[in-house]
Amino acid sequence: MTDTITLSMGSGGRLSAKLTEDVFLNAYGNEILHSLDDSAEFEINQTRFAFTTDSYTIKPVFFPGGDIGKLALCGTINDLTAKGAIPYAVSAGFIIEEGFPIDVLKRIAQSMRETSEKTGVKIVTGDTKVVGRGEADGIFINTSGIGIIADKYNISSKNARPGDDIIVTGTIGDHGISIMNVRENLEFIPQIQSDVSPLNEIAHALGEVAPYIHVMRDPTRGGVASTLNEIAKSSGVNIKIFEDKIPVGQEVRRCCDLLGMDPLYIANEGKMVIFSDPQATKKVLDILKSIPVCRNAGVFAKVEQTPYSENVPPVCMVTGIGTSRFVPLLEGEHLPRIC
Amino acid sequence: MRRLNTLTNYDSLLDNFKDSEISSEILAKIKSHKQNITLMEVCGTHTVALFKTGIRYSLPENINLVSGPGCPVCVTCADTVEKAIGLAKRKDIVLFCFGDMFKVPGIEDNLDSARAKWGANVKLMYSPMDAFGFAKSNPDKKIVMFGVGFETTTPLFASVILRAEEENLKNLYLLAEFKLVPPALRALLDSKEIKLDGFILPGHVSAIIGEKAYSFIADEYSVPGVIAGFEPVDILEGIYCLTDMVSNKKSGVKNQYKRVVTFQGNLKAQEITDCVFTPCDSKWRGIGVLKDSGLRIKDELNRFDAQNLIDFDIISVPDPKGCLCANVIKGISKPTQCALFKTVCNPNNPVGPCMVSSEGSCAAYYKYGR
Repeated sequence: MTDTITLSMGSGGRLSAKLTEDVFLNAYGNEILHSLDDSAEFEINQTRFAFTTDSYTIKPVFFPGGDIGKLALCGTINDLTAKGAIPYAVSAGFIIEEGFPIDVLKRIAQSMRETSEKTGVKIVTGDTKVVGRGEADGIFINTSGIGIIADKYNISSKNARPGDDIIVTGTIGDHGISIMNVRENLEFIPQIQSDVSPLNEIAHALGEVAPYIHVMRDPTRGGVASTLNEIAKSSGVNIKIFEDKIPVGQEVRRCCDLLGMDPLYIANEGKMVIFSDPQATKKVLDILKSIPVCRNAGVFAKVEQTPYSENVPPVCMVTGIGTSRFVPLLEGEHLPRIC
Repeated sequence: MRRLNTLTNYDSLLDNFKDSEISSEILAKIKSHKQNITLMEVCGTHTVALFKTGIRYSLPENINLVSGPGCPVCVTCADTVEKAIGLAKRKDIVLFCFGDMFKVPGIEDNLDSARAKWGANVKLMYSPMDAFGFAKSNPDKKIVMFGVGFETTTPLFASVILRAEEENLKNLYLLAEFKLVPPALRALLDSKEIKLDGFILPGHVSAIIGEKAYSFIADEYSVPGVIAGFEPVDILEGIYCLTDMVSNKKSGVKNQYKRVVTFQGNLKAQEITDCVFTPCDSKWRGIGVLKDSGLRIKDELNRFDAQNLIDFDIISVPDPKGCLCANVIKGISKPTQCALFKTVCNPNNPVGPCMVSSEGSCAAYYKYGR
């Protein structure tokens, strides 16, 4: 590892994991933090809580399908949901650069209000810091959230079991490609919409099949491939993806083909990956499809029965032509190629 | 072989080239070929596609695929990277480069670490037009485009230089380190270090230079080549054609990628490239200096040449000790034969360039290899 922070360390792949381990877990790791799930889980007076925090920086602040405010709320709400928690309340902290237009800030706050109203999750506390020009890039938002986990859920990255069906709740890669398209002026037409949306309905809706839900994760940075690799490692299982079952929108697929990128490694902000006991999969899918943002949910992978080995990549794929290949953890930044 | 469906649009067209039944049929035909042969996939995009489609490990053992010099990052020398770092460190310069050049090692740093450690002004570009736009809105800075790539990339830079000339833009420069594919193939065939029975020729480069650019492979060296696309059916068909040509002792260049590549190539792209660039000798990592294998800016457009801004010494950098990239680029060694592979050298700590680019052979073997 280099002796200074590089951008690759923030990209959600192996380097991010190593930084977390070397610096933070090493300094103040504890039994709750070590689970490294989307939310921490702990119990107070027989009530199980999920608690999470995330900071958001995005350029541009407004993008097709959303904005930094909506993103900051959805991200935290979805991290709570991934623990089977009903989000209860969130905080919002703003770090704003001197010179940032107040009307833009108002639009961001308005957007957060809309998401808060839509989800019924109140923003109950907050903080504002202003830093000098050049000391921050426009605006950074941190949100933390707390939720209550229903008793019947027992969700953890460690709980994947051989035979589990792996569901994704819709098309993948939309957010990352949408942002890249506007940020880098790639001028792909039609504009691709980010999928940023709150998934809080999932935890409530899946309540009746809760014991059959083993793992839930929202595959943000690093995409579905990184999420599956992390879960496989935590649970000590192997995973097989079926390429022809991966839902990818036509525009996203074309952009990825052109840029030499793989949708499996692109960020999502409104999707959930769910490991379901096979005996409940049909029911889980029926429930998910009744939720508008999950209407395209489907099984795209499976936990294998084969023994896990540290020395073999745990995630593989059956390609569209029936051959197979590994789907490894992302190494550093996912950068487009020259030609 | 089954006929492809009538093509109504781009997507149904591509679906045909991803068809599992057609793929299986061609694969079965390839498997009926029993002779030992070595084929080189020249282009890095093919190297990756062979892994991503799972084809590399589905082929019978008698068909040996080796990766060639067709990854522009991989054949870029450390000296060149040092030039770019040196320029980017200057306070008055902003260097624009493609994503996969960020991690290519120079002597001590790469562009990524130079940015973090020394505050070097390096920006990622998707197209040279990004640099053009930045140059226009930042007239007090000198904007240098790090021009690395093959024939596919050069017309883009040429068009930007022509536009800069037209608009009399005074602060845009190009560090032209472009390479040409045919001279590298000739060098490989001349060197005789490796016996190649056929080439899977690049799709993108060929779209620009056309089928005609490879006639020497067949005429002078009697080796067959097939220009192939990047979908599973394209690649399998390309390999099948080559096995068929080898079995029947035929040489010649076949074009499997006719939906994109023509005999003459893209004449407009060739024309603008010729307006701006002229061939020059160029140093290839692993291969050495090859005559007329690179492109430099023509004398009349010299004011755009970033070589003029270099006010520091360029040290010739030897290849890192133990690194087999030189042999990997020539197809003599497979990445897995290098002692540094996976032990010291990995995508986060690349020793040689083939581990850097996502299309480098070593990175592809690291990521997808068994």
